Amino acid sequence: MRFSRKSLGIPYAVFLVIFVAAPLLVLFYYAFTNGQGQFTLRNFTHFFTDPNTLGTLYYSFTIALVTTLVCLLLAYPVAYFLATSGLRSQSVILMLFVMPMWINFSLRITALKEILNLLEGNLAMHPFLNAVVGMTYDFMPFMILPIYTTISRLDGALCEAAMDLGADSLQTFLRVTLPLSVPGILSGVSMVFLPAMTNYVVLDMLYNSTYIMGSLIGSYFAAYNWHGGSMISLILLAMICIFTLLTGGEEDEPGRGGALL
Amino acid sequence: MQNKDTIIELKGISKIFEDDGFKAVDNFNLEVKRGEFVTFLGPSGCGKTTTLRMIAGFDVPTEGDILLNGKSLIGLPPYKRPINTVFQRYALFPHMNVYDNIAFGLRQNKTPKDVIGRKVGRVLELVDLEGFEHRKIQTLSGGQQQRIAIARALVNEPEILLLDEPLGALDLKMRKEMQLELKDMHDKLGITFIYVTHDQEEALTMSDKIVVMSEGRTQQIGTPEDIYNEPANAFVADFIGESNIFNGMMTGHLKARFCGGEFVCVDDFEEGTHITAVVRPEDVEIVAPGAGTINGIVDSVIFKGIHYEITVLSGKNEIVIQTVHNARVGDHVGLRVDPENIHIMLAEDHTNLFFADVNRDFRLEYNGHHIDTSLTRIIKGSKRKEDGTVVDGNGDILEPDRVRILVSIQPDDIEMTDDQDAGLIQGTISNLIYKGDHYSYIIHTELEQDFVVDDEYLWNMGDRVSLLMPVDKMTFTLKRK
Repeated sequence: MRFSRKSLGIPYAVFLVIFVAAPLLVLFYYAFTNGQGQFTLRNFTHFFTDPNTLGTLYYSFTIALVTTLVCLLLAYPVAYFLATSGLRSQSVILMLFVMPMWINFSLRITALKEILNLLEGNLAMHPFLNAVVGMTYDFMPFMILPIYTTISRLDGALCEAAMDLGADSLQTFLRVTLPLSVPGILSGVSMVFLPAMTNYVVLDMLYNSTYIMGSLIGSYFAAYNWHGGSMISLILLAMICIFTLLTGGEEDEPGRGGALL
Repeated sequence: MQNKDTIIELKGISKIFEDDGFKAVDNFNLEVKRGEFVTFLGPSGCGKTTTLRMIAGFDVPTEGDILLNGKSLIGLPPYKRPINTVFQRYALFPHMNVYDNIAFGLRQNKTPKDVIGRKVGRVLELVDLEGFEHRKIQTLSGGQQQRIAIARALVNEPEILLLDEPLGALDLKMRKEMQLELKDMHDKLGITFIYVTHDQEEALTMSDKIVVMSEGRTQQIGTPEDIYNEPANAFVADFIGESNIFNGMMTGHLKARFCGGEFVCVDDFEEGTHITAVVRPEDVEIVAPGAGTINGIVDSVIFKGIHYEITVLSGKNEIVIQTVHNARVGDHVGLRVDPENIHIMLAEDHTNLFFADVNRDFRLEYNGHHIDTSLTRIIKGSKRKEDGTVVDGNGDILEPDRVRILVSIQPDDIEMTDDQDAGLIQGTISNLIYKGDHYSYIIHTELEQDFVVDDEYLWNMGDRVSLLMPVDKMTFTLKRK
């Protein structure tokens, strides 16, 4: 057999079929069948009629939204100053922000839990606050990196051109830098908002009673209701697709900071 | 007293970059008259763009003062200066359409909407792009983006328009067109233009006044004619137009020896003075062998349309000649030059200049000896790619056959030795002058080129010496053939 470049892709293609395509098909199958294996839309209608699921969706949405906003507000100035300062130690400082990601996740969250415990006394008192703090802490680097990459790739001449045309630093930022860093912001938002809706492990580890979409799916599967759980996952998947289409449709490679991860 | 016609004056401007201590501009002085078209001309890294950026306000001079209409601009941020810039790669805002780009500056100083609309329309007409208001920047060609960049700067009616190599990214034909159009706009608008370029032809075509710069220093300021006909030094002569440049020595009253011959000239210096002789290729006449000052053999003939470019080898000197008469390769010829066409200048800094070749390994060679350095080490920004080629900072391929390196080295950096095989080149001492604490020697080398060497020890006239030249004392300039 002649060896071609294409054959290099075979291992990944196999991986893709076994671990991505096949599970998706299984997901579809379970989502649209009942316990007897018959086709049904009951799982779908149940999702939108059950106050429990809708309430969780609404609550997850709120947590994810607040987390995303907090991340954005904290991350943008950091990314902006890192990218524009021209410090020699830029990459070192950037690494300090990214480094937490290289420390084991459960260790980080456990440490955070202890700190919050110390500050608040009883973790159960502020479930919403703790959820947002935990998520923000976990997802922050995913917001910093894409914004940092976008801003540092901005042509410096553009800002100079704005200054040349009479804009002071603030106006230059508002009329040039900020609009041009929107792709980075969108990329960061999509990497924080959607995981924040489902990442219930963070909450569990913080002994948090807050119930979000991830917890809901987990509870369905724990109760052997694979059909209901699959449908919720599928609906979330659809939401992600719609969100991505709406925001990131035309961004080619806003550099999701992959190189550093 | 400030001259009323002077719009901007640069007084003793120097710029040293803090991070690497590099002196980009050194004691730059210039007066620009209202409505003048001034060009800063020089090779990359000569400080021309840095000077422009200091006028615009993006860089702050380490020393010196910039006066606009008699008032200092130092400390004034770019957005408060009545000066606008056309950037090298246009720097148009990609998230705005043509109209918003051009209106940017007008909106910034709160111009009423209807006035903005009128002005944008007028300036688009000026750059010949009527009806382009709502086009996206990405849909424009390079030439169109260029025009929008000019329009965006001009619409603010600046007192001075700065142009930083604005035509560098255009193809040749487009560049020629834009040169004429820019000149036209300048004449029409009466705005002072300060233009930066490394293209000597562009500078000669467009400017009222040219400032030739090299290594941060002004080499010559003058009209295009002055600079072409009366270059102040070897650098200017070499950079503006093509030139044959020789190191030599005065051998008597109105007599100079260079290129292996004794020529009569019209500039007089004391006998024994080190000189640089510049002869334009169109000023060399080909005559019968023996009838000229020197003899040589035709090495190559290239037809250039209206003239032939003929290279003659005389000894080991290469003379480039432009003439309408043909010659055949291998012909024995004599060469003569009218005395008034020989420009003799004092080799005041005595810098030794010679050409080194680049071999297949991208290493330098001179007189059959290796110089221990390679192309990638001496050309800023160049690198060797995976396929074995070497590219310069702009990504253009450097072919060993098509480039040479102009090496310069100071007289006190060269050492003389008796060991004939130790140095790069051998020669005999043909002149020496005592300079108080050292002797200045002229070494007449086997390649018929004179080197100037400073040494504290006394050698004798006629001594045969070999010249040691440390690589770290050489500076290199890339020349394309």
